[in-house]
Amino acid sequence: MKVLVPVKRVIDYNVKVRVRADGSGVDLANVKMSMNPFDEIAVEEAIRLKEAGKAGEVVAVSIGIRQAQETLRTALAMGADRAILVVAAEDVHQDIEPLAVAKILAAVAREEQPGLILCGKQAIDNDMNATAQMTAALLGWAQATFASEIVVDGDQATVTREVDGGLQVVRVGLPAVISVDLRLNEPRYASLPNIMKAKKKPLEEKTPADYGVDVSPRLEVLRTTEPPSRKAGVMAKSVDELVDMLKSAGVV
Amino acid sequence: MHFGLTDEQKLIVETTRSFVENELYPHEAEVERTGHLRREVIEEVKAKAIAAGLYAANIPEEYGGAGLDTLTWLLYEKELGRANYALHWTCVARPSNILCAGTPEQREKYLAPCVRGETWDCLAMTEPGAGSDLRGMKASARQDGTDWVLNGTKHFISHADIAGFVIAFMASGEEETPRGRKKRITAFFVDRDTPGLTIREGYRNVSHRGYTNSIIEFDDVRLPAEQVLGEPHKGFEVANDWLGATRLQVGATCLGRAERAFAHAVEWAATRTQFGQPIGRFQGVGFKLADMAVEMKAAELMILEAGWKFDQGTVTDADMAAAKLKATEMLAMVADEAIQIHGGMGLMDELPLERIWRDARVERIWEGTSEIQRHIISRALLRPFGA
Repeated sequence: MKVLVPVKRVIDYNVKVRVRADGSGVDLANVKMSMNPFDEIAVEEAIRLKEAGKAGEVVAVSIGIRQAQETLRTALAMGADRAILVVAAEDVHQDIEPLAVAKILAAVAREEQPGLILCGKQAIDNDMNATAQMTAALLGWAQATFASEIVVDGDQATVTREVDGGLQVVRVGLPAVISVDLRLNEPRYASLPNIMKAKKKPLEEKTPADYGVDVSPRLEVLRTTEPPSRKAGVMAKSVDELVDMLKSAGVV
Repeated sequence: MHFGLTDEQKLIVETTRSFVENELYPHEAEVERTGHLRREVIEEVKAKAIAAGLYAANIPEEYGGAGLDTLTWLLYEKELGRANYALHWTCVARPSNILCAGTPEQREKYLAPCVRGETWDCLAMTEPGAGSDLRGMKASARQDGTDWVLNGTKHFISHADIAGFVIAFMASGEEETPRGRKKRITAFFVDRDTPGLTIREGYRNVSHRGYTNSIIEFDDVRLPAEQVLGEPHKGFEVANDWLGATRLQVGATCLGRAERAFAHAVEWAATRTQFGQPIGRFQGVGFKLADMAVEMKAAELMILEAGWKFDQGTVTDADMAAAKLKATEMLAMVADEAIQIHGGMGLMDELPLERIWRDARVERIWEGTSEIQRHIISRALLRPFGA
């Protein structure tokens, strides 16, 4: 079975994000970029499936600007076998919307015929949480989102989902799209020998036109603002006063 | 000419930095508090370092290492240098490159287990009476039939307490040279359990807690001829060929530690408010940050350029001396100013600054003092004039 893992290049989670002066988005120029952490978990899971003999090949795919090849090299260095880069934007500030990404991924999937698409539940930049679901819908495949455990057995997968208030276990027939959550695994370090080997692994470059997909935006960003800064608190003089305050605030 | 890193170098830096932050930082407080690196911690972190291919990464691929070129190795050392020295030296070890100079049998016996993480080496050169003037060493080796007999005392021998063997440099006679009589030096492999060898606990010192030094005594230590490393009387030649870049290594670790201190200083200057504004807005503090940033950049460029020249085969002793001098003095300045910016808080062990400040002190001394580096640089300038 082949596993397709979409990975996105996003602003590094350690970077202090700044809103651009014109409010069109956040500043990404000369900012450290990394693989979306949820995608890293998806890559790790795919490699583990391969190591367990349940997957034959792991193919990483990224859609964005050309520098996304760094993200693909990371996936290759972690252990993916080959990579596909779909260059869909020239400017780092041009985000490709989930529907366009899903259409390209669906087209890649039709070409590659994977048994499983494993992806992060959402990217930490826009937090859309839409691509996995849209891709499954476009392909007409089963989907299981927010996975905290995945057991592949023959032509089906049993997935434990993190849902509000608990865990839900679902079984899906393959091929399927599974989006992964934080607690699924702990991604490995890209080891030095694998970093060296990654250089020699194939990285194929494509464009959206190769898949007949129009990536022009359908959404318009009206404005982007910093979250409101936290207001100063008040000191309670005693426990009784604190309880009264909490009661009047309606939180207890 | 371009200054960009390759994709592979970026990934190596990223892996090394994540490893340092996730696997080494959590153990720092304990090592700093106790001055001791527990064996369980060593084994736990070492296993992870081996899995990540970070262990012994300086050793060529043919001997089981990652075979990093000098420039990439320095980038890796820079990241390791962020953390407590004992932790990164012991758990992400870089066996001495001089081990590669051994015969195939010596490499199998001494290098291979170091690369596999089964033991550590240590280098014994310095003596109480022979520091910068290494050739003035008194510890001696005399031939007795085909055997050698070693006598004398070495001190400041880093991590000899955990080493499985010692690479000992001993005076093995004298020779006439155009510049007068000179001691001849021979290097030996001495197994830890060799009769007559005693490794004693060294001194407590201000820098690099947990990174131990030892005193080694040789009392009629008898060795067969096959324990000689390189050729007899050519100990310094083999050391010069294989230890050249260690000055750059010291400099590279200073770069990482300076960056760590600097990040704290910038954050503090931006968030600490006094007299109604962030203290970084006061020129006295803001200009300090600017000077620190400039010094760090200058030192980094010098270290990386010297590393690059090392790989090209064009590096000079003066290049390496200048880079080591700049990086170690830069760290002293950055660590000191980072504390000044923090005020009293900078001296508390809540932050890593007091430690970086203490650790910075040894860097201007070991692997050649700042004065020795200046001597090397000035001699290279004046020698062509016969001065």
